[in-house]
Amino acid sequence: MTTATDTEKSASVAERGMGFGLRQLNRLAGSDLLDRIRLRKQVERALFQGTKNGFRSATAAGRTFKSAQQLGKPARQKKSRSKGLFDLGPDDEQQMFQEGGRAFAADKVRPAAHDADDACETPKELLTEATELGVNMLGVPEELGGVMHEQSAVTSVLIGEALAHGDMGIAYAALAPGAVATAIGLWGSAEQEATYLPAFTGEDVPAAALAILEPRPLFDPLALETTAKRKGDEWVLKGAKSLLARAKDCELFVIAAEAEGIGPALFIVESGAKGLSVEAEPAMGLRPAATGRLLIENVKVPASALLGEGDAKAKDYVDCVNRARVAWCGLAVGCSQAVLDYVIPYVNDRQAFGEPISNRQGVAFVVSDIGIESDGMRLATYRAASRADRGEKFDREAAIARRLCAVKGMEIGSQGVQLLGGHGFVKEHPVERWYRDLRAAGVMEGALLV
Amino acid sequence: MINLEIPKKFKPLATQANQVATEVFRPISRKYDEAEHSYPKELDMLASLIDGMNEGSDAAGGAGAAGVRREKSDDGENRNGSNLSTVLGIIELCWGDVGLLLSMPRQGLGNSAIASVATEEQLKQYGGKWAAMAITEPEAGSDSAAIRTTAEVDGDEYVLNGEKIFVTSGDRADLIVVWASLDRSKGRAAIKSFIVERDNPGLKLDRLEHKLGIRASDTANFTLQDCRVPKEALLGDPEVKEKGFAGVMETFDNTRPLVAAMAVGVARAALEETRKRLKQAGVDVDYSVPALSQHAAAARFLEMEADYEAAWLLTLQAAWMADNSKPNSLQASMAKAKAGRACVDITLGCVELCGVVGYSENDLLEKWARDAKILDLFEGTQQIQLLIVARQLLGKSSSELR
Repeated sequence: MTTATDTEKSASVAERGMGFGLRQLNRLAGSDLLDRIRLRKQVERALFQGTKNGFRSATAAGRTFKSAQQLGKPARQKKSRSKGLFDLGPDDEQQMFQEGGRAFAADKVRPAAHDADDACETPKELLTEATELGVNMLGVPEELGGVMHEQSAVTSVLIGEALAHGDMGIAYAALAPGAVATAIGLWGSAEQEATYLPAFTGEDVPAAALAILEPRPLFDPLALETTAKRKGDEWVLKGAKSLLARAKDCELFVIAAEAEGIGPALFIVESGAKGLSVEAEPAMGLRPAATGRLLIENVKVPASALLGEGDAKAKDYVDCVNRARVAWCGLAVGCSQAVLDYVIPYVNDRQAFGEPISNRQGVAFVVSDIGIESDGMRLATYRAASRADRGEKFDREAAIARRLCAVKGMEIGSQGVQLLGGHGFVKEHPVERWYRDLRAAGVMEGALLV
Repeated sequence: MINLEIPKKFKPLATQANQVATEVFRPISRKYDEAEHSYPKELDMLASLIDGMNEGSDAAGGAGAAGVRREKSDDGENRNGSNLSTVLGIIELCWGDVGLLLSMPRQGLGNSAIASVATEEQLKQYGGKWAAMAITEPEAGSDSAAIRTTAEVDGDEYVLNGEKIFVTSGDRADLIVVWASLDRSKGRAAIKSFIVERDNPGLKLDRLEHKLGIRASDTANFTLQDCRVPKEALLGDPEVKEKGFAGVMETFDNTRPLVAAMAVGVARAALEETRKRLKQAGVDVDYSVPALSQHAAAARFLEMEADYEAAWLLTLQAAWMADNSKPNSLQASMAKAKAGRACVDITLGCVELCGVVGYSENDLLEKWARDAKILDLFEGTQQIQLLIVARQLLGKSSSELR
């Protein structure tokens, strides 16, 4: 083994991984425990799902990204300019996106949510339709085919909120590629923009993932275990990234790693890179996003893979982490609103002791709390996003919105189930799904961007 | 264009109010907490100053009462007006001392009621006077429709009889706005508010309360015995109509954001002091590091700051809606509910975090924690706000959701 190349080494790791999985499987299959508790059928079906998603597989083959016509310097969206007045009304363009997102969420996303959650997959047509709404090119500068003249954090939040009102997992699947486009549009060099952004303005937008989160307790995005070491003209990346939407379909990754001599930084890695592999990582919620783990085993990338130019990389990275947090808040706000909108007719219709249960304060006050806290979450999220659009410091506001969405959002998820009682616990109603999805708001880092 | 920052044009007002809070309120804060029922004479000069501020600019509502009249705007232009500026002024002043703000001459909730619904003549007659608000009775707190004080017509006068408690600034004010029923058999529709001069012989001060907090502010109990007021003393529409009471209650849509602002101000004072104390103790709050990876005190602080931010933004939202003539009854109650409970949680949390420094009378943290509780009670308790919010969200009447 000492003479094995890196590639062979990683292949053998993969084989061992597969072997380990099969050993476990075999032991389980041989045990009569399953028959005793009559679980064999269910387990076999779950296994089918698991296998369908693959144990560990190579990353998607991916297209070739080629530099198109290149601008002299990187194109950037302009900072937005406010009239300086406190204002809670979206502008016309934002309202257009918001309305489009809401209609799509109500007509297409919500009806598909239950089955997508079950199947751990979002139907391709839905993703295509989301792309047609323009959600993946919000961060692409106009010069490179984007539609937004100014920075689009607020618009991204409004769209995330609208889609997550339909379903948070489908929203994640639909918005994840846009995060990569936004990252390159915000911080990429002229060449990086010219190489990668055109793919995000066409019809066939690649699956792509902004990979920051790592699989361990107390994960801190500023203390990464994924490393990037210099080796001549190249970088060698090593580590693991978690809960990436549609990981096995991804053609492009932006990977956060602790870069030697730089600190945490982002690298653009195409899915064909040797040493990359993915495995299914289904979780408590966000299941329609077909979440997966990316394993990075001595992946060599050229120096040009380092996102951005100049010395601002550490600052850009912190900016990226904060923008991702705001994006997840947008989703949590939409999902919390979905809970509110769902429980209101339910508690008004549901009869107990001869009258609607909403006639009781013990029920009604819970609805009030959901309304109050979800509104607070929304305002805090909007504030962070609008500061970002104007180029103001927003780390405090992002942290606060995140805290609110993690704590209050989860409370709302729990209250949604509680108000439906036992009915909330079964999959006939969506509240159990929202309960699972809302836990993500305090867990996810990266993956989405505003 | 979504923007949740304080507009520049209100910065001078906020700065001024902050200076008042720092230079006038804070230095005498403990003094009048200890000397309950003694009049903070330092406030007289200040009140004149604030009158001047209010006169000088109609966009700057100063400390409160002048600014709750609704402005008509149907041109679709976004407005930042007196509701917002008033809220901002109150936040700053209550960062100084909420009890002293409540003791500010001519800035009482009665003034807000008058400013909100008075006719031009009434404004002229009662303008420039200090007006307290008398709603609560021994048997009618949150259930203000159950008040027993009556107002009978007698020629050109109304004759008021009943008992009123918890009248903030009741002893010191020039006027008391008294809620009374024209006809108790007609329920809430017959409840009207009447302006009673403080020196009216029919208005008898029974006693002043000793309280948990806001001790700088006097809280008076009165008996009204054949208390005669002219017909012009009735605020609003004298007709007993089905929707009449709703009109009276609308005053609260304007004043609840103001009380929410008080809570926001007190909470901010406690948070700022606690942040400073934690820093001295070696604990810094880092906004980039996940809360749960920081010192437990920092994580707790972050959570409280998040609650503060939600309360602050909900308050600004309610005021902004009023400035833009949007119905804000729901948002006003949301703001009051959130700010009231957040203020109590935050100030008590800050005392706990600061330990003896928080608990001892050497510092103001313990006082703020005592002051805080009233803000989750008056102008509608937490539970009343939740009731209002629930009725609106669920589309319920007060007879369905009681």
